[in-house]
Amino acid sequence: MTDGARRSRVAVVIFPGSNCDRDALGAVEAVGGEAVPVWHQSRDLQRCGAVILPGGFSYGDYLRAGAMAAHSPIMKAVRRHAEQGGAVLGICNGFQMLLEVGLLPGAMLMNRSLRFICRDVFLRVERTDLALLRTLSVGQVLRLPIAHKEGNWFADPAVVREVESGGAVAFRYCDAGGQVRPDANPNGALQGIAGLVNRDGNVLGMMPHPERRVARLLGGEDGRALVRALVEAA
Amino acid sequence: MQVEVRVKLKDQVLDPQGEAIRRVLCNLGYEEVGQVRVGKLMLLEVAGEDPELLRARVEEAARELLANPVIEDFEVRLP
Repeated sequence: MTDGARRSRVAVVIFPGSNCDRDALGAVEAVGGEAVPVWHQSRDLQRCGAVILPGGFSYGDYLRAGAMAAHSPIMKAVRRHAEQGGAVLGICNGFQMLLEVGLLPGAMLMNRSLRFICRDVFLRVERTDLALLRTLSVGQVLRLPIAHKEGNWFADPAVVREVESGGAVAFRYCDAGGQVRPDANPNGALQGIAGLVNRDGNVLGMMPHPERRVARLLGGEDGRALVRALVEAA
Repeated sequence: MQVEVRVKLKDQVLDPQGEAIRRVLCNLGYEEVGQVRVGKLMLLEVAGEDPELLRARVEEAARELLANPVIEDFEVRLP
Protein backbone atom coordinates (compact mmCIF):
# COMPACT_ATOMS: atom_id res chain seq x y z
CA MET A 1 0.00 0.00 0.00
CA THR A 2 1.55 3.29 -1.09
CA ASP A 3 1.44 6.34 1.13
CA GLY A 4 -1.67 8.41 0.68
CA ALA A 5 -3.67 5.65 -1.02
CA ARG A 6 -6.97 5.12 0.77
CA ARG A 7 -7.23 1.69 2.29
CA SER A 8 -10.49 -0.23 2.04
CA ARG A 9 -12.50 0.14 5.23
CA VAL A 10 -13.92 -3.03 6.76
CA ALA A 11 -16.25 -2.84 9.76
CA VAL A 12 -15.91 -5.51 12.45
CA VAL A 13 -19.07 -5.46 14.56
CA ILE A 14 -18.50 -6.08 18.27
CA PHE A 15 -21.34 -7.59 20.28
CA PRO A 16 -21.31 -8.27 24.02
CA GLY A 17 -19.73 -11.72 24.06
CA SER A 18 -17.85 -11.48 20.76
CA ASN A 19 -14.43 -13.05 21.18
CA CYS A 20 -12.99 -13.19 17.66
CA ASP A 21 -13.34 -9.47 16.99
CA ARG A 22 -9.66 -8.73 17.65
CA ASP A 23 -8.53 -11.56 15.38
CA ALA A 24 -10.85 -10.21 12.67
CA LEU A 25 -9.54 -6.65 13.08
CA GLY A 26 -5.96 -7.94 12.93
CA ALA A 27 -6.65 -10.12 9.89
CA VAL A 28 -8.09 -7.18 7.93
CA GLU A 29 -5.04 -5.05 8.75
CA ALA A 30 -2.72 -7.97 7.90
CA VAL A 31 -3.94 -7.98 4.30
CA GLY A 32 -3.79 -4.20 3.91
CA GLY A 33 -7.32 -3.13 4.85
CA GLU A 34 -8.37 -0.56 7.41
CA ALA A 35 -10.22 -2.35 10.18
CA VAL A 36 -12.95 -0.33 11.90
CA PRO A 37 -14.42 -1.63 15.16
CA VAL A 38 -18.17 -0.89 15.31
CA TRP A 39 -20.17 -1.36 18.52
CA HIS A 40 -23.44 -3.27 18.10
CA GLN A 41 -25.50 -0.35 19.49
CA SER A 42 -24.28 1.84 16.65
CA ARG A 43 -26.70 2.49 13.81
CA ASP A 44 -24.30 3.00 10.95
CA LEU A 45 -21.31 1.29 9.44
CA GLN A 46 -19.05 4.35 9.37
CA ARG A 47 -18.54 4.40 5.59
CA CYS A 48 -17.17 0.89 5.50
CA GLY A 49 -17.47 -1.03 2.24
CA ALA A 50 -17.54 -4.45 3.88
CA VAL A 51 -18.61 -5.93 7.20
CA ILE A 52 -17.41 -8.82 9.33
CA LEU A 53 -19.74 -10.33 11.91
CA PRO A 54 -17.16 -12.08 14.08
CA GLY A 55 -17.29 -15.25 16.11
CA GLY A 56 -17.93 -15.57 19.80
CA PHE A 57 -20.88 -16.00 22.11
CA SER A 58 -22.94 -12.88 21.57
CA TYR A 59 -25.40 -12.43 24.45
CA GLY A 60 -24.03 -15.64 25.97
CA ASP A 61 -25.78 -17.67 23.25
CA TYR A 62 -29.00 -17.08 25.23
CA LEU A 63 -32.18 -18.35 23.56
CA ARG A 64 -30.39 -19.54 20.38
CA ALA A 65 -26.88 -18.77 19.11
CA GLY A 66 -27.05 -15.44 17.27
CA ALA A 67 -30.76 -14.87 17.97
CA MET A 68 -30.38 -11.86 20.24
CA ALA A 69 -27.61 -10.26 18.17
CA ALA A 70 -29.88 -10.53 15.14
CA HIS A 71 -32.03 -7.84 16.77
CA SER A 72 -29.20 -5.46 17.70
CA PRO A 73 -29.48 -1.89 16.34
CA ILE A 74 -26.47 -2.37 14.01
CA MET A 75 -28.16 -5.29 12.25
CA LYS A 76 -30.57 -2.93 10.48
CA ALA A 77 -27.57 -1.20 8.93
CA VAL A 78 -25.96 -4.55 8.09
CA ARG A 79 -29.16 -5.68 6.38
CA ARG A 80 -29.39 -2.43 4.39
CA HIS A 81 -25.72 -2.74 3.41
CA ALA A 82 -26.30 -6.34 2.26
CA GLU A 83 -29.44 -5.46 0.32
CA GLN A 84 -27.52 -2.75 -1.52
CA GLY A 85 -24.94 -5.32 -2.60
CA GLY A 86 -22.34 -4.61 0.10
CA ALA A 87 -20.03 -7.41 1.16
CA VAL A 88 -20.76 -9.21 4.45
CA LEU A 89 -18.75 -12.05 5.98
CA GLY A 90 -20.24 -13.86 8.98
CA ILE A 91 -17.83 -16.18 10.77
CA CYS A 92 -19.05 -18.83 13.24
CA ASN A 93 -21.39 -16.87 15.57
CA GLY A 94 -21.59 -14.31 12.75
CA PHE A 95 -22.83 -17.05 10.39
CA GLN A 96 -25.43 -18.01 13.01
CA MET A 97 -26.58 -14.37 13.07
CA LEU A 98 -26.91 -14.27 9.27
CA LEU A 99 -29.18 -17.34 9.49
CA GLU A 100 -31.21 -15.78 12.31
CA VAL A 101 -31.80 -12.54 10.36
CA GLY A 102 -32.68 -14.52 7.24
CA LEU A 103 -29.88 -13.18 5.02
CA LEU A 104 -28.86 -16.83 4.53
CA PRO A 105 -31.16 -19.89 4.54
CA GLY A 106 -31.52 -22.59 7.21
CA ALA A 107 -30.68 -22.76 10.91
CA MET A 108 -28.04 -24.26 13.19
CA LEU A 109 -28.73 -27.23 15.43
CA MET A 110 -26.50 -28.50 18.20
CA ASN A 111 -23.58 -30.58 16.88
CA ARG A 112 -24.48 -34.23 16.36
CA SER A 113 -21.97 -35.20 19.10
CA LEU A 114 -23.51 -32.65 21.54
CA ARG A 115 -19.95 -31.46 22.10
CA PHE A 116 -18.20 -28.17 21.58
CA ILE A 117 -15.65 -28.97 18.87
CA CYS A 118 -12.39 -27.02 18.70
CA ARG A 119 -10.01 -28.39 16.09
CA ASP A 120 -8.82 -27.99 12.52
CA VAL A 121 -11.02 -29.21 9.67
CA PHE A 122 -10.59 -29.38 5.90
CA LEU A 123 -12.90 -27.47 3.57
CA ARG A 124 -13.42 -27.88 -0.13
CA VAL A 125 -14.01 -24.67 -2.08
CA GLU A 126 -17.18 -25.06 -4.16
CA ARG A 127 -17.37 -21.70 -5.95
CA THR A 128 -14.98 -18.96 -6.98
CA ASP A 129 -17.08 -16.92 -9.41
CA LEU A 130 -17.95 -14.33 -6.74
CA ALA A 131 -15.96 -11.36 -5.50
CA LEU A 132 -15.82 -12.84 -1.99
CA LEU A 133 -14.34 -16.14 -3.23
CA ARG A 134 -12.35 -15.07 -6.27
CA THR A 135 -8.98 -15.39 -4.54
CA LEU A 136 -9.59 -19.17 -4.19
CA SER A 137 -9.80 -21.96 -6.76
CA VAL A 138 -12.55 -24.54 -7.20
CA GLY A 139 -11.74 -27.80 -5.44
CA GLN A 140 -9.00 -26.15 -3.40
CA VAL A 141 -8.72 -27.60 0.10
CA LEU A 142 -8.36 -25.19 3.02
CA ARG A 143 -7.32 -26.18 6.52
CA LEU A 144 -9.05 -23.94 9.06
CA PRO A 145 -10.05 -24.25 12.71
CA ILE A 146 -13.62 -24.62 13.93
CA ALA A 147 -14.76 -23.80 17.46
CA HIS A 148 -18.48 -24.21 17.99
CA LYS A 149 -21.27 -26.26 19.53
CA GLU A 150 -24.04 -25.19 17.13
CA GLY A 151 -22.72 -25.75 13.62
CA ASN A 152 -25.01 -28.52 12.47
CA TRP A 153 -26.63 -26.75 9.54
CA PHE A 154 -30.24 -27.75 8.93
CA ALA A 155 -33.06 -26.79 6.58
CA ASP A 156 -36.15 -28.58 5.32
CA PRO A 157 -35.72 -30.67 2.15
CA ALA A 158 -37.18 -28.02 -0.19
CA VAL A 159 -34.68 -25.42 1.06
CA VAL A 160 -31.80 -27.92 0.81
CA ARG A 161 -32.73 -28.57 -2.83
CA GLU A 162 -32.89 -24.83 -3.49
CA VAL A 163 -29.50 -24.28 -1.83
CA GLU A 164 -27.92 -27.02 -3.95
CA SER A 165 -29.53 -26.09 -7.26
CA GLY A 166 -28.92 -22.38 -6.70
CA GLY A 167 -25.20 -22.84 -6.03
CA ALA A 168 -25.40 -21.40 -2.52
CA VAL A 169 -22.76 -23.73 -1.09
CA ALA A 170 -19.39 -22.01 -0.75
CA PHE A 171 -17.58 -24.64 1.34
CA ARG A 172 -18.07 -28.26 2.38
CA TYR A 173 -16.28 -30.25 5.05
CA CYS A 174 -13.93 -32.75 3.41
CA ASP A 175 -10.91 -34.92 4.13
CA ALA A 176 -7.32 -33.81 3.53
CA GLY A 177 -7.60 -35.02 -0.07
CA GLY A 178 -10.71 -32.95 -0.78
CA GLN A 179 -13.23 -35.81 -0.62
CA VAL A 180 -16.55 -34.84 0.95
CA ARG A 181 -17.32 -37.78 3.24
CA PRO A 182 -19.60 -38.33 6.22
CA ASP A 183 -16.62 -39.07 8.49
CA ALA A 184 -15.02 -35.74 7.51
CA ASN A 185 -18.13 -33.87 8.65
CA PRO A 186 -17.44 -32.71 12.21
CA ASN A 187 -20.91 -31.60 13.28
CA GLY A 188 -23.58 -33.34 11.18
CA ALA A 189 -24.35 -30.37 8.89
CA LEU A 190 -26.61 -31.42 6.00
CA GLN A 191 -24.72 -31.94 2.73
CA GLY A 192 -21.49 -31.28 4.66
CA ILE A 193 -22.20 -27.57 4.39
CA ALA A 194 -19.58 -25.41 6.11
CA GLY A 195 -20.29 -22.13 4.31
CA LEU A 196 -23.10 -20.54 2.30
CA VAL A 197 -23.52 -17.52 0.04
CA ASN A 198 -26.72 -15.66 -0.74
CA ARG A 199 -28.19 -15.47 -4.23
CA ASP A 200 -26.41 -12.20 -5.09
CA GLY A 201 -23.13 -13.58 -3.81
CA ASN A 202 -22.32 -10.65 -1.53
CA VAL A 203 -23.18 -12.31 1.80
CA LEU A 204 -20.98 -15.20 2.94
CA GLY A 205 -21.41 -17.18 6.15
CA MET A 206 -19.03 -19.89 7.35
CA MET A 207 -18.42 -21.87 10.54
CA PRO A 208 -14.60 -22.23 10.19
CA HIS A 209 -12.37 -19.30 11.16
CA PRO A 210 -10.29 -17.80 8.31
CA GLU A 211 -9.32 -14.83 10.52
CA ARG A 212 -7.36 -17.16 12.80
CA ARG A 213 -5.14 -18.33 9.93
CA VAL A 214 -3.52 -15.30 8.38
CA ALA A 215 0.05 -15.83 9.60
CA ARG A 216 2.40 -18.78 9.66
CA LEU A 217 3.24 -18.00 13.27
CA LEU A 218 -0.42 -18.59 14.18
CA GLY A 219 -0.66 -21.99 12.53
CA GLY A 220 -1.00 -21.21 8.85
CA GLU A 221 -2.14 -18.82 6.16
CA ASP A 222 -5.09 -20.72 4.67
CA GLY A 223 -7.52 -17.97 5.70
CA ARG A 224 -5.53 -15.11 4.25
CA ALA A 225 -6.85 -15.19 0.67
CA LEU A 226 -10.46 -15.12 1.90
CA VAL A 227 -9.88 -12.10 4.11
CA ARG A 228 -8.05 -10.41 1.21
CA ALA A 229 -11.04 -11.01 -1.08
CA LEU A 230 -13.30 -9.32 1.47
CA VAL A 231 -10.98 -6.32 1.80
CA GLU A 232 -10.77 -6.01 -1.99
CA ALA A 233 -14.59 -6.16 -2.20
CA ALA A 234 -14.93 -3.30 0.30
CA MET B 1 -51.17 -12.40 33.47
CA GLN B 2 -48.61 -15.17 33.14
CA VAL B 3 -48.43 -16.53 29.61
CA GLU B 4 -46.61 -19.75 28.78
CA VAL B 5 -44.66 -20.12 25.56
CA ARG B 6 -43.60 -23.68 24.83
CA VAL B 7 -40.93 -24.02 22.15
CA LYS B 8 -39.92 -27.43 20.82
CA LEU B 9 -37.92 -28.76 17.91
CA LYS B 10 -40.11 -29.72 14.96
CA ASP B 11 -40.93 -33.42 14.80
CA GLN B 12 -38.80 -33.96 11.69
CA VAL B 13 -35.72 -32.38 13.34
CA LEU B 14 -33.38 -34.83 15.10
CA ASP B 15 -32.89 -34.06 18.78
CA PRO B 16 -29.53 -35.57 19.83
CA GLN B 17 -29.94 -34.11 23.32
CA GLY B 18 -33.24 -35.92 23.81
CA GLU B 19 -31.68 -39.11 22.50
CA ALA B 20 -28.77 -38.83 24.97
CA ILE B 21 -31.24 -38.37 27.83
CA ARG B 22 -33.24 -41.39 26.67
CA ARG B 23 -30.12 -43.55 26.69
CA VAL B 24 -29.21 -42.53 30.24
CA LEU B 25 -32.80 -43.10 31.41
CA CYS B 26 -32.61 -46.55 29.84
CA ASN B 27 -29.34 -47.26 31.70
CA LEU B 28 -31.05 -46.21 34.93
CA GLY B 29 -33.74 -48.80 34.35
CA TYR B 30 -36.45 -46.62 32.83
CA GLU B 31 -36.71 -48.94 29.86
CA GLU B 32 -40.31 -48.00 29.21
CA VAL B 33 -39.24 -44.54 27.99
CA GLY B 34 -39.43 -44.45 24.21
CA GLN B 35 -38.56 -41.07 22.78
CA VAL B 36 -37.35 -37.95 24.61
CA ARG B 37 -37.63 -34.48 23.08
CA VAL B 38 -36.14 -31.45 24.80
CA GLY B 39 -37.86 -28.07 24.49
CA LYS B 40 -37.99 -24.72 26.23
CA LEU B 41 -40.64 -23.30 28.51
CA MET B 42 -40.79 -19.51 28.77
CA LEU B 43 -43.06 -17.76 31.27
CA LEU B 44 -43.95 -14.22 30.25
CA GLU B 45 -45.57 -11.81 32.68
CA VAL B 46 -47.73 -9.73 30.35
CA ALA B 47 -49.93 -6.71 31.09
CA GLY B 48 -53.38 -6.69 29.52
CA GLU B 49 -56.98 -7.82 29.97
CA ASP B 50 -58.16 -9.01 26.56
CA PRO B 51 -57.00 -12.63 26.21
CA GLU B 52 -57.35 -12.69 22.42
CA LEU B 53 -55.29 -9.55 21.98
CA LEU B 54 -52.74 -10.86 24.45
CA ARG B 55 -52.43 -14.16 22.67
CA ALA B 56 -51.98 -12.42 19.32
CA ARG B 57 -49.20 -10.22 20.73
CA VAL B 58 -47.33 -13.10 22.36
CA GLU B 59 -47.64 -15.21 19.19
CA GLU B 60 -46.17 -12.31 17.24
CA ALA B 61 -43.27 -12.12 19.73
CA ALA B 62 -42.74 -15.87 19.42
CA ARG B 63 -42.55 -15.65 15.63
CA GLU B 64 -40.21 -12.65 15.75
CA LEU B 65 -37.81 -13.85 18.45
CA LEU B 66 -38.72 -16.68 20.82
CA ALA B 67 -38.82 -19.50 18.24
CA ASN B 68 -36.93 -20.07 15.00
CA PRO B 69 -39.52 -21.28 12.47
CA VAL B 70 -36.89 -23.20 10.49
CA ILE B 71 -36.36 -25.72 13.29
CA GLU B 72 -38.92 -25.01 16.01
CA ASP B 73 -42.67 -25.03 16.70
CA PHE B 74 -44.22 -23.03 19.49
CA GLU B 75 -47.42 -23.02 21.47
CA VAL B 76 -48.84 -20.13 23.52
CA ARG B 77 -50.91 -21.00 26.61
CA LEU B 78 -52.96 -18.53 28.63
CA PRO B 79 -54.17 -19.36 32.14
